[in-house]
Amino acid sequence: MGSKQVKQLDRVIIRFAGDSGDGMQLTGDRFTQESAAFGNDLVTLPNFPAEIRAPQGTIPGVSSFQVHFADHDILTAGDSPDVLVAMNPAALKANLADLHKGAAIIVDTHDFTARNLAKAGYDVNPLEQEGALSDFAVHPVDLTGMTVAAVKEFGLSRKDAARAKNMFALGLLSWMYGRPTESTVAFLSKKFAKVPDIRDANITAFKAGWNFGETTETFVVQYEVKPAKLPAGTYRNITGNLALAYGLVASGVQSGLPVFLGSYPITPASDILHELSKHKGFGVTTLQAEDEIAGIGAAIGASYAGHLGVTTTSGPGVALKSEAIGLAVMTELPLVVVDVQRGGPSTGLPTKTEQADLLQAMFGRNGEAPVPIVAPQSPGDCFDAALEASRIAITYRTPVMLLSDGYLANGSEPWRIPDVDELPAIDPAFATEPNKVVSTAADGEETKEFWPYLRDEETLARPWAIPGTPGLEHRIGGLEKGDGHGNISYESANHDLMVRTRQAKIDRIADSLPPLEVDDPSGQAKVLVIGWGSTYGPIGAGCRRVRKAGFHVAQAHLRHLNPFPKDLGDVLRRYDKVLVPEMNLGQLSLLLRAKYLVDAIGYNEVRGLPLKAAVLAEVIGGLVADAEGVDAELVAAGLANKEDNA
Amino acid sequence: MSTTELGLPALRSGVELVPALAADAPAQTGKDFTSDQEVRWCPGCGDYAVLKAVQSFLPDLGLRRENIVFVSGIGCSSRFPYYLDTYGMHSIHGRAPTIATGIATAREDLSVWVVTGDGDALSIGGNHLIHTLRRNVNMTILLFNNRIYGLTKGQYSPTSEAGKVTKSTPMGSVDQPFNPISLALGAEGTFVARTIDSDRKHLTGVLAAAAAHRGTSLVEIYQNCPIFNDGAFDSIKDRDTKDDAIIPLVHGEPIRFGTDGAKGLIRDSETGGVKVALVADVGEERLLVHDAHNPDPATAFAISRLTDAGILHQAPIGIFRQVERPTYDDQARAQINTAIEASSGSPTQRLAGLIGGGDTWSVV
Repeated sequence: MGSKQVKQLDRVIIRFAGDSGDGMQLTGDRFTQESAAFGNDLVTLPNFPAEIRAPQGTIPGVSSFQVHFADHDILTAGDSPDVLVAMNPAALKANLADLHKGAAIIVDTHDFTARNLAKAGYDVNPLEQEGALSDFAVHPVDLTGMTVAAVKEFGLSRKDAARAKNMFALGLLSWMYGRPTESTVAFLSKKFAKVPDIRDANITAFKAGWNFGETTETFVVQYEVKPAKLPAGTYRNITGNLALAYGLVASGVQSGLPVFLGSYPITPASDILHELSKHKGFGVTTLQAEDEIAGIGAAIGASYAGHLGVTTTSGPGVALKSEAIGLAVMTELPLVVVDVQRGGPSTGLPTKTEQADLLQAMFGRNGEAPVPIVAPQSPGDCFDAALEASRIAITYRTPVMLLSDGYLANGSEPWRIPDVDELPAIDPAFATEPNKVVSTAADGEETKEFWPYLRDEETLARPWAIPGTPGLEHRIGGLEKGDGHGNISYESANHDLMVRTRQAKIDRIADSLPPLEVDDPSGQAKVLVIGWGSTYGPIGAGCRRVRKAGFHVAQAHLRHLNPFPKDLGDVLRRYDKVLVPEMNLGQLSLLLRAKYLVDAIGYNEVRGLPLKAAVLAEVIGGLVADAEGVDAELVAAGLANKEDNA
Repeated sequence: MSTTELGLPALRSGVELVPALAADAPAQTGKDFTSDQEVRWCPGCGDYAVLKAVQSFLPDLGLRRENIVFVSGIGCSSRFPYYLDTYGMHSIHGRAPTIATGIATAREDLSVWVVTGDGDALSIGGNHLIHTLRRNVNMTILLFNNRIYGLTKGQYSPTSEAGKVTKSTPMGSVDQPFNPISLALGAEGTFVARTIDSDRKHLTGVLAAAAAHRGTSLVEIYQNCPIFNDGAFDSIKDRDTKDDAIIPLVHGEPIRFGTDGAKGLIRDSETGGVKVALVADVGEERLLVHDAHNPDPATAFAISRLTDAGILHQAPIGIFRQVERPTYDDQARAQINTAIEASSGSPTQRLAGLIGGGDTWSVV
């Protein structure tokens, strides 16, 4: 650290914001990697428009990346930034409302021209207007001007030179928080290896930003956020999409089956296709199909042929695949359907997060077509969730819905790398011989046939006989089949039996699930907060706040949405009140109410953004007050005094 | 963006990698490929003839039964797999080529067949058909064209003639029909042929050539629906008219037809296409010699346009085009094999290397 004053902090939330073309995602990602390497716990929240390049300088074109890093374990990307880096007037205007009083704003003054101010909808320059930013500590800096001056020697055009301003900003923030810089220099050297001028300009701008921080009098304090004490192990920073792709590769290794991905590009799921296409060395086939339906069709074909069929998509793609998912239900073939949920309906908010596909996953098919549903709760957890989805698909011969979302997909966190020797093995248990005695001769010799729908007594799974296996030739299809032998049957009693059997098979999965974990540290809670998917972090952080204020609350989070864990009903009935926060209008609430007749209370937001811990803490506090007969204002006051540190 | 040299795998027969019957195995017959399921098409349906022809043809391939897979969509013809004692899947409407693509790409040791109809392949499944053809996935597609929707009881199909009066078009259809051969040629098809349900010999010959072709073989089979579109192909079946209706395509031979071979195809200098002429008028030497292996599909396309779009009175029959091009599945597997060969260590070790890669740090 330099000669300046150093102040200790336990956590910081920084938001980098600029135009879509300003490289804010890259800047945020580099700062994240530096913080990860330093050993902080962290959670990130990228937020960008659906347009690749929205009109420059406008509010719709603003792209941002928020990173929350701390010296202790944290659960969310933070409700409100402590520091905003704004690269233009639009970035300032779009993000100002999210800042708390006293937050710092580092603003690039270069773009605060009459034209750009007008584009952002400012009549008066807020940097010059009395009182406009008086709640904040504003640091106006000509980032662009200094960047251009710093990289002059490389003879770039003014435009190219100015493009390195994001690295100048990164350098300045890296200095301010004492981040290690080696990995960013190495990253830039590699990324721009083929264009030495651009490479050198970016590295120079990065270093210039650091040096500016060290020498300028604009910034008098440097901050230190010590490494977090996380459980022992080797860590890496990982996004949900990357962890999910790794989980699918691991599923192939653990089952011995080649993975076959049939997919059509769609935001925010495409990165899984990109990642898996790199892993042909694991025998992974990726087919970029002509449409969503072809993607799942090829995956079903591959599963029939003995591979682990996978298809990846988002909500609109699931809608298109619905009929094919029904075919996989009927033919009882293993298949993993990954839905990285985004704002809907229709095209909706392609780059924003939501969890409103739960009921689509649950019921979005014709006929009685039950499909197991698995959901990850954090970016790193996508790895385990993918393995679990594959286990269920292969063991029970069924399509499985894996419901990730845009926040998990693009957000990141430190991930403790698992020991591969401890990963679960998955047994495909292919059929190799005829399984049904159809007649016995006088000498006792049995004649056997292969019946494709003769089931395992424990799991109710049917045998998986793959082409190339002699003697097991058989036909399957979408028409109703007779029990056992699997030939077409339109017989009414048989249909009733088969519908119930397919449902019973999915229900049997619950036998293989562990009891629901309930976090109720005091054991005295009367309120249970239950959620699923990416709301785990905000719910956990909200509960922590409530407990810190001296109140009791229990938290449970569902990995399995269909079937539910067997003890879920008992857990729900143990509490006076059950709160279900969701980024939809109450889909899990509906399922819990329908199945367990509990008065599930929803807290619902569909803003395309993660829920906020402070808001949840208030909602939980209100319920706790009610349940425990405490004055609601007392609880609220208690919560207000507690700083959010999760 | 950049492109890379793919290194074309040597071309092989369509079934070269599929295990053959053991030399000492008993000879197969059509019966070996007949399942125990009762065939339930309407009496007189052309599908019976095709099923019989396929059951009797399959033993000629000399393959193990367990390595043959038939996939179908929805429609009358799509019941086909149930009647064959091979592996099979009766899937969903229009999507059979996608499922077959997955099977063929996953497994080089399978002989993959798709059975589809004019509605299944050209209407609801049109997208998959053209993309399968351009990818050239190793499979044979049997497209039963009866120019009508049979299973839904008599609506016009995408190959029905304009003006056709059906249940859904009481004043006549205003849809322009597809010519399946033209469509397949336009979609970069490498093997495109047409045959007739009632001509067992021709049908069997085309099936043999289609199976031998490595890549997507599209075989359009004119098939009579006796219930909803009876007689649609009478002109090419009727003894009195068929010589003038069928333009036979045989690779390397002049294209000549009509009573006593009086007619033939010649280049049309006005349009750049192909037209019918009387041999007596133009002379034998001007007759077009059929070249199915021509890398340029333009002539094959021009010949396909001689098919009547309205009520059928004239149609070229035979193999329009058969060219060699690397298949999607061979190339996809080659990339995987290359990547596997370049990897070392057990899968578990490699998995540990993968997930433990990138920037890591340790907490003790």
